[in-house]
Amino acid sequence: MGRYVIRRLLQFIPTVLGTMFLLHYITSLAIQFSGNPVRALFGDRTPPPALLQAITERLGYGDPCLDRRGDPCLWRAAEGGGGWLGTGYEPGLFFDRLSGVFFHFDFGVNLRERAVTDLVADAIPFTFKLLLIAIVFEAVVGIAAGVWAGLRGGSFADNLVKISTVFIISVPIFVLGVVVREFVGVKFGNVLRGQDWIPDLISVGVFTPGFKPDYPFASLIIPGMVLGAVSLATTARLTRTSIMENIRADYVRTAKAKGLTNKRVIGVHTLRNSLIPVITFLGVDIGAAMAGAVVTETIFNVPGIGRLVTMSARTGESSVVIGVVTMLVLVVLLANLLVDLLYAVLDPRIRYE
Amino acid sequence: MSDLTSAGTAVGGGPVGGDGPVPNQPATGGKERSASLWADARRQLMRDPVFVIAFLYILVVGSMAAFPWLWTSQDPRDCNTNRSRLSPSAEHLFGTDILGCDYYAHAIYGARPSMVIALMATVAIVVVGGLLGLLAGYHGGWVDTIISRVMDIFFSLPFLLGAIVFLTVIKRQNIWTISLVLFLLAWPTIARIIRGSVISSKDLDYVHAAKAVGARNSRVMFRHILPNAIAPMLVYATIVLGSFVAAEATLTFLGVGLQPPAQSWGIMISAHQVYFLEDPWLLLFPCGLLVGTVLSFILMGDALRDALDPKFR
Repeated sequence: MGRYVIRRLLQFIPTVLGTMFLLHYITSLAIQFSGNPVRALFGDRTPPPALLQAITERLGYGDPCLDRRGDPCLWRAAEGGGGWLGTGYEPGLFFDRLSGVFFHFDFGVNLRERAVTDLVADAIPFTFKLLLIAIVFEAVVGIAAGVWAGLRGGSFADNLVKISTVFIISVPIFVLGVVVREFVGVKFGNVLRGQDWIPDLISVGVFTPGFKPDYPFASLIIPGMVLGAVSLATTARLTRTSIMENIRADYVRTAKAKGLTNKRVIGVHTLRNSLIPVITFLGVDIGAAMAGAVVTETIFNVPGIGRLVTMSARTGESSVVIGVVTMLVLVVLLANLLVDLLYAVLDPRIRYE
Repeated sequence: MSDLTSAGTAVGGGPVGGDGPVPNQPATGGKERSASLWADARRQLMRDPVFVIAFLYILVVGSMAAFPWLWTSQDPRDCNTNRSRLSPSAEHLFGTDILGCDYYAHAIYGARPSMVIALMATVAIVVVGGLLGLLAGYHGGWVDTIISRVMDIFFSLPFLLGAIVFLTVIKRQNIWTISLVLFLLAWPTIARIIRGSVISSKDLDYVHAAKAVGARNSRVMFRHILPNAIAPMLVYATIVLGSFVAAEATLTFLGVGLQPPAQSWGIMISAHQVYFLEDPWLLLFPCGLLVGTVLSFILMGDALRDALDPKFR
């Protein structure tokens, strides 16, 4: 296993560099083909050239390579002539960004020169709570539903889980979010708020159409459940399939034959092995959940990272979008790495050599 | 987008049986089950009510996208604020929207951008992803290493985040750029599926036989290996059409997709979400159409997978 871990860690470096380059190249190409993104901030008005120049420089779009279509911005002609190892070139925009991210923890600034890291630091507690609720919800409910369906293959429970998972998969998360917000948060919430005997924590806090700063945890429960709902379906299906596979295994029959209680056979012998793929999925799903948080936070007005991304995207503050997404991608890569390492620990059959 | 990942895991069932017959082979008499895999699949699909209903629904939505004038004689841009937010009636089947435009016509014309984007992006990922997967699986070695590493890199960029960054920076949010970004971020999945089924079928006897009689690489790839890899690709392409329809609507809802003068279901949903309490149909009609389309594509993909996998027979 040691060799596997070392190899996986070594593979991590080129993957991070490659992903950073992909992100960098996509944004550079977009700028090269559609012109200076700073102009979008002014709408129809023509900004004074000096102002445009100043903002462009400040947001880091001043590099001349962003005017050459298709240029990956890897190298630039050195000013002094010598350059790097005497080639006449020195590391360009891509390497500037890399060193900014990895050595100075610098992900860019917004229009008011606030660092993106500050903006994210303000927003992260909300997103973190939201993700926590979503993951707990999808793990608990998804695994429970999957076990229930898997143990009774072909029965009513099985079909119910199968059909409802197909439905949940096919409802885009923003449709689900908007409908839940209006039906549960507004309509049902209004009914609850009309009753005197229901505590405010429930009627105003939980069943709310949007985030309430007075109830920082309660008002995130429904958004979190919406966020978890989509992966809930996949979790349930995965658990169901893997329970169905394992229930026929020899060691389960042995456990039954030697007279263990049903609870122990299912809970210890079957479930433990069946949960390996599910745990992997939940880990990988953190990335998808972060992307989903963009949608959920926008719908429920949660002041987290996701809403920061959408709001900046709508106002055209592309430097913030690039910075935040770069940061999120790094987190996702790290999560994937941890899942892979955990996988090697959990499953003794795996000997990657 | 988790739709895409779930579609990916749903398809991960591996390739269909390695030594299935070449498609379109004429049925030869004599044996009891003599039909080809595809004829069998067609017969099974036609008997499956879920598939037939989903297929008919897609035909309806497809004809809305291709020939909207067959479905409505009203112009969705013929608006009059005097009739803002009318309830559904015989004259206006879905009522009218906030600007007083006919909502039914808007819904019909709104099918086109979603379907066109989904179709263009899917064709692109099938062609490019399929070709790269075929090359990687067939040649192996350093070709495989390079293509697989590039796929890994694209995989690690979460779909929605990548799309938001690209569409924010490029500012031109139209059918072409949205299809382009969907294609760019989704091709590795299909390449990986094809690569897997090519690797599993490239060592089969008939491939060796074809090589032994001197077939060129391209002939072996396209005539002998590709037909075996087509079934899982077809299943995935069907499901991914649904996820692309959903992805387009999601991006539009977030404000980085199509912009309001255009007509699309995503715009209908995002523009009318605040009127839900008074006029819920403004939200429910586009949501219903959208969910129905995505659901139909996913159900069709599921039915196709069951029909094309001989192990389920």
